Amino acid sequence: MDMIVIPAVNMTPILPEIFLSVLAMALLLINVFVPGGQKTYLAYISFFGIVASAVLVAAGWGSHVESFSGSVVLDNFATFFKMIFLVAAGLAVLISDRYMEREECNHGELYPLILFTVVGMMLMASGTDLMTIFLGLEVMSVSLYVLAGFNRANKKSNEAGLKYFLLGAFSTGFLLYGMALIYGATGTTRLYKIATIVGQMTLPSANIMLVAGMLLMMTGFAFKIAAAPFHMWTPDVYEGAPTPMTAFMSAGPKAAGFAALLRIFLLALPTLQAEWSQVLWVLAVLTMTVGNITALRQDNIKRVLAYSSIAHAGYALVGFTAGNGTGTAGILFYMLSYAFMNIGAFAIIILVAKKGETNGNVSDFAGLGFKKPVLAVVMTLFLFSLAGMPPTAGFIGKFYLFSGAVQKGYIWLAVIGVLNSAASVYYYLRIMVYMYMKDATEEFEWVQVTAPVALALIISAAGSLIPGIIPSIILEYAQMAVKLI
Amino acid sequence: MENLNSYLVVSAILFAIGTIGVLTRKNAIVVFMCIELMLNAVNLTFVAFSRHLGNLDGQVFVFFIMTVAAAEAAVGLALIIAFFNNKESIDVEDVNLMKW
Repeated sequence: MDMIVIPAVNMTPILPEIFLSVLAMALLLINVFVPGGQKTYLAYISFFGIVASAVLVAAGWGSHVESFSGSVVLDNFATFFKMIFLVAAGLAVLISDRYMEREECNHGELYPLILFTVVGMMLMASGTDLMTIFLGLEVMSVSLYVLAGFNRANKKSNEAGLKYFLLGAFSTGFLLYGMALIYGATGTTRLYKIATIVGQMTLPSANIMLVAGMLLMMTGFAFKIAAAPFHMWTPDVYEGAPTPMTAFMSAGPKAAGFAALLRIFLLALPTLQAEWSQVLWVLAVLTMTVGNITALRQDNIKRVLAYSSIAHAGYALVGFTAGNGTGTAGILFYMLSYAFMNIGAFAIIILVAKKGETNGNVSDFAGLGFKKPVLAVVMTLFLFSLAGMPPTAGFIGKFYLFSGAVQKGYIWLAVIGVLNSAASVYYYLRIMVYMYMKDATEEFEWVQVTAPVALALIISAAGSLIPGIIPSIILEYAQMAVKLI
Repeated sequence: MENLNSYLVVSAILFAIGTIGVLTRKNAIVVFMCIELMLNAVNLTFVAFSRHLGNLDGQVFVFFIMTVAAAEAAVGLALIIAFFNNKESIDVEDVNLMKW
């Protein structure tokens, strides 16, 4: 009998993942063995862990290493997305501590769960095999279900967790069925091999199994990135989940969903681009329009931002429909700036809200501009960036997404995108009107900006402003990242 | 080939039953069981293809799906219990605090 030969495995491509997993497990143990109610030190350890792994990730820029017999790859595309996830996680950790203390659910498991989510997202971005991408997706999702329902005593949080879990698992079913059909049609789960086999087919668009698999997979991912008509869970989960986790969920996992979508569709199924871009066209229009129109009539500010995050997924889908260099680089740029501006806006919401998640309506921001001018200015910056006004990062991102669509001849799609963007200004402006033009009903005395929150606000303000003024500092990297696909 | 088709038809039917169950059932645990049914339909598809193509990738994938489903079950049932503790119900109609 032959000995089983264990192949030599190159671990360098997943070094940051290994580091974060080990750190998360260590934190779980520390949390159990170190007594005491204060969990602040866990936040600090995880923040520095995230910074350290950002250094590890950055060191991999420019390399192209395949490992685990082609199921994981370290390339610029993965590196760029990993940075987005680390930014989102770092900011989320910074704004979590005080919030969790206020809501009295300061359990130490929070930080390891955030780190595990990041590990899952990283695997999604660097996976080049349907199996790896699925595993990453599930590591991310299972941790997120817990994070959404993290505040056990809060009924809304319970509901958010349950809803997210049921709908998330449901969508996983579709995703997997799609993967199974693609495996059946091509006989492999490696993305490179799928591309080769599909490229050799005489008429791939007539292969029912392949097309059905592609559509089912798209459905599964549409759930994850909250694209209409699969967005119904988003507002409820975003409203019910603890606010820092909402911020994290809207930035990180959405980017991860786009990373996996881009990887699968541009790497494995480029031959079917004519087919999938039609579907994406419809998805993009629906997502933008539904998100923006529904956001107009919301009063709870978390719901406003939830619908706005649906709309933002729609803008990114515009770039994806184009599928060219400009559009995809636009997605990468936009996902990074969206992480900054959205988490920043949520940080302010956390500051203004009171215990038990009360004071979360748009009208509760009345007079913030006079009572807390600095916070209001920063919030205005985030809202301007979300609305896509120059000179913010949101403007540049949208500009590249839409010009990618125009280059490819999707003029109408770009027009609908711009119109939607104009409509969205209304609900962002409404918050500003409350901040600056209404009299204060509150004294905002409870608003305390602690050092970590201040750091998070500074980072996100810089991240939403500087790339808007000097786009090249991020855009050049984004363009290098999409070159390989 | 006929053999493969019958497996695919069975798994498609199972998947459809699961989907319909998720959309129509009211009890959160039954909904969850329907999701598991969908996942097992996928497993059957993978195994059938794997056997037909004579390549093991599909069977490896099934192991991963089973493991992940177990992890999901642990988290999902915990979430259902947390919900029950607050609401004394696991009816999905009672998941109604937030609308529109």
